[in-house]
Amino acid sequence: MKAGRALLSPEVKEQKRIMGRKQIRKATMDNDRIDRIIDKHRGEASSLIQVLMEIQSENHWLPKEALERVSEKLQVPLTRIQQIATFYKTFSLVPKGRHEIHVCTGSSCHVRGAGRLLDTVQDLIGIGPGETSPDLRFSLETGNCLGCCALGPEIVIDGKHHSKIAPGNVEDVLKDYD
Amino acid sequence: MPRINSPAELEEYRKGILSKRDPDKPCIAICAGTGCLALGNDRVISAFEEEIKKQSLGAKVDIRATGCHGFCEKGPIVVIYPEEICYIEATPGDVPEIVSQTVVGKKVIDRLIYTDPGTGEKAAHQPEIPFYKNQMRNIISSNTKIDPKSIDDYLAIGGYSALSKALFKMKPEQVLEEVKKANLRGRGGGGFPAGLKWETARNAPGEEKYVIVNGHEGEPGAFMDRAIFTGNPHSVLEGLIIGAYAIGSRQGFIYTRHDTHQLKNHIDIALAKAEEYGLLGKNILGSGFDFHVEVHLDIGIFVSGESSALMRSIEGKNPEPRPKYIRTSVSGIWERPTNLNNVETWANVPQIINKGSQWYAGIGTERSKGTKLISLSGNIVNTGVVEVPFGTTLREIVYDIGGGIPNGKKLKAVHFGGPMGGSIPESLLDTPLDFDELAKLGAPIGAGGMLVLDEDVSMVDVIRYFLDFLANESCGKCVPCREGIRQMLKIVTRISDGKGREGDIERLEEISEVTGAASLCALGKTASDPLLSSLRYFRDEYEANIK
Repeated sequence: MKAGRALLSPEVKEQKRIMGRKQIRKATMDNDRIDRIIDKHRGEASSLIQVLMEIQSENHWLPKEALERVSEKLQVPLTRIQQIATFYKTFSLVPKGRHEIHVCTGSSCHVRGAGRLLDTVQDLIGIGPGETSPDLRFSLETGNCLGCCALGPEIVIDGKHHSKIAPGNVEDVLKDYD
Repeated sequence: MPRINSPAELEEYRKGILSKRDPDKPCIAICAGTGCLALGNDRVISAFEEEIKKQSLGAKVDIRATGCHGFCEKGPIVVIYPEEICYIEATPGDVPEIVSQTVVGKKVIDRLIYTDPGTGEKAAHQPEIPFYKNQMRNIISSNTKIDPKSIDDYLAIGGYSALSKALFKMKPEQVLEEVKKANLRGRGGGGFPAGLKWETARNAPGEEKYVIVNGHEGEPGAFMDRAIFTGNPHSVLEGLIIGAYAIGSRQGFIYTRHDTHQLKNHIDIALAKAEEYGLLGKNILGSGFDFHVEVHLDIGIFVSGESSALMRSIEGKNPEPRPKYIRTSVSGIWERPTNLNNVETWANVPQIINKGSQWYAGIGTERSKGTKLISLSGNIVNTGVVEVPFGTTLREIVYDIGGGIPNGKKLKAVHFGGPMGGSIPESLLDTPLDFDELAKLGAPIGAGGMLVLDEDVSMVDVIRYFLDFLANESCGKCVPCREGIRQMLKIVTRISDGKGREGDIERLEEISEVTGAASLCALGKTASDPLLSSLRYFRDEYEANIK
């Protein structure tokens, strides 16, 4: 599903699994917060998607426990929730890093060299799109047009745009994000 | 704010707003569109607020954070009214000087105005800048004049007068007739006549009918719908309510992107304010017409912008397209008649009602009427949102408005319609912007993303890029789409790497034929369009990479 995953060594995978579990313990939302979100959207036509989105936006990923709670409260089979949670790229079933890097790979950025930019970012942080680094420092995503074509190629880190950026300057920019 | 209960009350309220506004009062309009925001214009806005406070000018000067002005390339853009002095690439450091020199002293600061890189000519006022001068900004020009969060600003420029006219002076059939006569064609990609679509939904059996604004805009390189919807949300809403009245719908949906916070925020404010003013909800303007709107968000998949998939998403299901043997205008959301148009199409409606179909049909070509918003991007000097009448040649867009190709490079091709569009070579640049003319050449306008490619770009690589995009975005329901795109991508990647084999081009043509014929929705049906158009005009680039 996510590019590059197969390339990770077993050690890195294990490390990721452990880090992931630690994060799960820390970041699992309590039932009250989930119930509050569910109640807010109760009765809406597409409440399931809205609920999942809100959990994703508050918690940055969807822990299994949260999905089970949603399934129970909304009386929707867990398989259907998983169908939706795995269909959309926005939903993450694994924890996200402290900093989210977004490399715009829209068509305009592409012809302005976004491919080389993405390669550089991947080389520097050691993960591919859709992945989170084992130390949970970075998550990497690609976006198909962030609507700022005049600034391309660009990367966006935690919402801050770094525009018309050359591959050679990426390392400098990343230094500021611990 | 008390509800407005009649057209007379609306006009009275409008007069009240205008009487409190002095057209000669200086106003600093700062672009807060996506591009300028990313360039740090929030710091420019705060700097203006501080400076105005410091110089105690609060009562004498207005500050307005507006929607996209279009000239993203030179952002952050600051326009000083009433003179319309336009400063480009403004920084917080420029602010004290702008306030004392221009706002107070009425003098133009030479170093902040636009200089034409070709002729060296300077332009101090916004309408004089070639980028703006060569456009016809019927829709997007309002962006600079209003704060998107202020319904009063929209009313001050005549907002909701078309709604009032439609509800009180026209029957639903007349509204429909007017839109049909204007020959408004859908701006989302298909170019289907909106009036005919409305008529089908209106005549379809069933009491409950729905109308939708498709604000998904998932096409890479397209950002014009966001520019209108974020910058002037009431114009889209007004169009939608008028459409609902003509069709006989009482429930509307807005489907838009989740990843642009500002957009969602402005839509929410617009809906709440319109409801508070009695322009939305029960008994609109006292006419007896009820209409409600719900907002739904896409969560990051391209195919959910496809109409039938979008409707599934509103129903709370996975956005997988479904067959359209029965049109969605007859059987859409929950199998009820549903009329879907995109943001730009709806935004055209109020001006058609206000100025009439005859006026509207006077703009454009024989079969493509009105203006079209274009997102100009790629290897172009002036990236930005452009609005031109249909019939403008592509050459005029690229050179007169776009300022040509950067770094002295030559133009190779212009690509329309994103991953499902097509490219045309430089030799056809005098083609007019027209739904049918461009479709004939294999490069349908699509939603209006216009990607300019210079001589260094490999067409094979561009096609590889689009196929890669679609391979990731195919929902997987139809095997020919899911597997066909993947196989085409494999072959094109091989060719792009210089390892093409004898027979590859023929195989590509064969797969594209099957994928197109055997996929349900437009994604699969038109996935190979860019490939086929590039084989039509740039076949030699493929052949050069085949051993």
